[in-house]
Amino acid sequence: MAAPLTLLLIVAVTIRAVLFRSSLAELIPERVEVVSPLNAWKRVVEGLALLDLGVSPYAGDVFHEVSPLSIPLNESNTSIHPSIMADALTAVALYLAVKDYNKTVFRKQKYALEAERYPLDCLELIRTPKEMYYIPLKVAMFYLLNPFTILSCVAKSTCGLNNAVIALFILCTVKGSSLMSAIFLALATYQSIYPLTLFAPALLYLLQRLYIPVNWQRSSFWLFTTQYTFMYLGSLCVMVCLSFFLLSSWDFLSSVYGFILSVPDLTPNIGLFWYFFAEMFEHFRLFFICVFQINVFFYTIPLSIKLKEHPIFLIFMQIAIISIFKSYPTVGDIALYMAFLPAWNHLYRFLRNIFLVSVVLLACSALFPVLWHLWIYAGSANSNFYYAITLLFNVAQILLVSDYFYAYLRREHHLTHGLYLKRKDGSEATLVLK
Amino acid sequence: MVKEADHVPDTMQTPDVPPPTPAKDQFQEELVIRPLHSGDIYASFQFRTMWDTDFLRGSKVSHYRLFPKSLGQVISKFSVRELHISFTQGYWRTMQWGQPFLPSPPGAELWVWFQDTVTDVDGAWKELTNVLSGIFCASLNFIDSTNTVQPSASFKPLGLGNVTDQRFLRYAVLPREIVCTENLTPWKKLLPCGSKAGLAVLMKSEKLFHSSFHSQALHFRPVCQDWKCKSTVWELRQTLNVVFDLHTSGQGKREWSLFKMFSRTLTEACPLASSSKVYVDVTDNPQGELFELSPTTPLLSQAVVLGDRRTYSVYDLTNQATFGQTRSLNMLLRWRAAESAPPHHDARYVAGYGLQTGEIHTLMYNNHPYRAFPVLLLDTVPWYLRLYIHTLTVTSKGRDNKPSYIHYQPSKDRLRPHLLEMLVQLPPNSVTEVTMQFERALLKWTEYTPDPNHGFYVGSSVISALVPSVVAMDTNSTRECPLFSSFFPCKEESSYFMRVYTEPLLVNLPTPDFSMPYNVICLTCTVVAVGYGSLYNLLTRTFQVEEPSPGLAKRLANIIRRLRGVPLL
Repeated sequence: MAAPLTLLLIVAVTIRAVLFRSSLAELIPERVEVVSPLNAWKRVVEGLALLDLGVSPYAGDVFHEVSPLSIPLNESNTSIHPSIMADALTAVALYLAVKDYNKTVFRKQKYALEAERYPLDCLELIRTPKEMYYIPLKVAMFYLLNPFTILSCVAKSTCGLNNAVIALFILCTVKGSSLMSAIFLALATYQSIYPLTLFAPALLYLLQRLYIPVNWQRSSFWLFTTQYTFMYLGSLCVMVCLSFFLLSSWDFLSSVYGFILSVPDLTPNIGLFWYFFAEMFEHFRLFFICVFQINVFFYTIPLSIKLKEHPIFLIFMQIAIISIFKSYPTVGDIALYMAFLPAWNHLYRFLRNIFLVSVVLLACSALFPVLWHLWIYAGSANSNFYYAITLLFNVAQILLVSDYFYAYLRREHHLTHGLYLKRKDGSEATLVLK
Repeated sequence: MVKEADHVPDTMQTPDVPPPTPAKDQFQEELVIRPLHSGDIYASFQFRTMWDTDFLRGSKVSHYRLFPKSLGQVISKFSVRELHISFTQGYWRTMQWGQPFLPSPPGAELWVWFQDTVTDVDGAWKELTNVLSGIFCASLNFIDSTNTVQPSASFKPLGLGNVTDQRFLRYAVLPREIVCTENLTPWKKLLPCGSKAGLAVLMKSEKLFHSSFHSQALHFRPVCQDWKCKSTVWELRQTLNVVFDLHTSGQGKREWSLFKMFSRTLTEACPLASSSKVYVDVTDNPQGELFELSPTTPLLSQAVVLGDRRTYSVYDLTNQATFGQTRSLNMLLRWRAAESAPPHHDARYVAGYGLQTGEIHTLMYNNHPYRAFPVLLLDTVPWYLRLYIHTLTVTSKGRDNKPSYIHYQPSKDRLRPHLLEMLVQLPPNSVTEVTMQFERALLKWTEYTPDPNHGFYVGSSVISALVPSVVAMDTNSTRECPLFSSFFPCKEESSYFMRVYTEPLLVNLPTPDFSMPYNVICLTCTVVAVGYGSLYNLLTRTFQVEEPSPGLAKRLANIIRRLRGVPLL
């Protein structure tokens, strides 16, 4: 499988290199759908220019990156830009992670089959190695050849770097190395706060891998949990302190984390926050900031309880929820969770809205630049048009995520109760959620 | 000058009736350009159509050649002997501009001499004003008995005829009438060539109405056919007088050309015109020392106008050679004046398009021929225009000019603005351009002014310079000197301190829709609720096989059975 992956990497790098040399390389970094005030390359360059002038980059309101990561980015003058390398790294990490995960899935399935836990009529739901053979390659392909990823890479957005860190975190979790997993998770949280919610699924997966049951009374559970928590918090503290020592001030806390949480910059993007807070009554602003931020973290506990046997799907759900409800989303964040969709190929038969969702996503992606141009350049539309497409885009994403969740739960239900269910009178039954 | 009508014998007629002379209409056009002392320029168009017809004897006129039919029918229907109508915008300033060739009052003025065969002059006057109101798209229908008079001595007939009974004269003026393109278009249509050829191509409304004074008039009267005055012909004169202002149309520069005045040049004479000439008044410029007229023309003519003998350079448009190689005639009058530029001046503007980004350009001019001097540029830019200091470029004479001192304080959203101070050395006789890119922010809806589409102002840049002085300055501050020369302290002899403020900028920001706060809150919360609702459903509910609910009869039966304690259906 190394050969097709290498071929895929070469194709992806070629596409990105070609786009870098074309005239699109000036247009794409300006697009608000692709870059946000948090991860724009222009702002990184600006921060470094401020540093050159002897002013702290956090003295103004332009630079919102955590500095140690951006400085090596600018120093590199190689022909292959770091964002291309980050993309390649992400793809390879996802490939290896999904490959390992497939092995785990197949092993669990084998044990369940031997224990005769599945009803006889749902054998067609069982996954075969043949069908699962190409999934890692498809995952890497979905990530590398996704137009969203390519746009994000050509824009030199640091979102590619964030995605790489999260992908490495997933790889380390799947491989079972809890220290590396904690370090990468701390790095991801250090860059933007939201990956904090990935702590629960990572913990669940590692517990599952070490055969420690999730039981409040068991001491082994608490031992491992405290171990992992300490590793995570320790790495996080080390990183924060390193940042402090780099610029000898705590400015970056309010510039980076305060900025993410309090949303002062209302630059339009594909998310829900900007127009909401542009039109918010002053009196309720704090209340709704809290509501919207809690909304991102709120689903962690219920989802962890429901999906405690399926932590990788939980990671997918969490990344999707972060991408939709975070304060400054970009298309690069969407590309990360969309890369996982081939791993859930077997759920296709239970998806209900996939046609509608894909058409709406395609149409909205096409309409974003059109309505932006009409508002900002032509002056014939106003902000409501762009806002409407934002709403539609997010509704489509929410539908996509909930559809996959529904399909996953339904398949689990069928695996326990049988595929062809009958009513009391023997006729074919329909399943509903009650 | 009138040509003699040719007599063409008509063999169809009987010999004892004199053969009617065939109608020989004639059209002449002329433009006079007169530069005025105040720097403005006065252009006067005159178009004369001679109509050789005899509708007085009752014969119905049915053949129109050069004379406009719409006007001819009106004149013959209402038996008008003389018609004078003018539409004017602006007031003629005699003190600054001298005398006009054809005076007219502001608003609309109409005076008419009817033929003595008209019995009901008032009725004819009412109908005539209404018809003219339709022809000229003007509200002449407001002329009624409340503003009509019959002057006894001031408005004698200007044409032939000895009728002096004021009963046949009517005079009215509408001072409130506005002149616009709607009045110019039908007026132009009365010309034989329309506005397609000849001098009328210059009459484009976007330039004509952007002037200090504009007057279009129409004069109809009977005149002698030639100097022998054996027969009368009807003359229609259409005149257009316009005065272009030095500052509004001339942009402050004392240089006038046909293109600058009318945004058109002349390419041909009207083919129907027997004479087409342009006259430029060069009386004040005998040796060419005041202004320079190009292209040069050998034709010179003198005329007695308004009691004074004036000299004119003449351009004959019927002569193809006037148009030269380029086949277009654009006369240029350029005043010779010694203009000295100050040693240092600045300008600032915003470049770029759209509401997302922009660029601030500051231009600093050093007009001293050989001395360079330093300037300190201070820019205060509000926080909602996010400046990017890495895009700052300073160029002089096409090359990079690195400032020796830069102090930059970036802005903090809603707290403080940007501050940029730079020390730049301006090389002699050069323009230094400072450019910087910025991004426009979207503000909260309460942070916009009540007129958000007016834009937001950016204060002037302050440029403090040490300009080299022409004479040695006095550093002794105790000596007695007038107040106006002693404000800024003088530290050295060879240069003085000067502060220049550039233009403020007006920048538009993208605006949200201000009528939408409640709607936006509802819609966004709906989307969040859609997410919450679907996840809540999937998290709290489980899959169950759906049992169809039994019919109404069965449900009632079940209730009764439950009460009886008997197993249900």
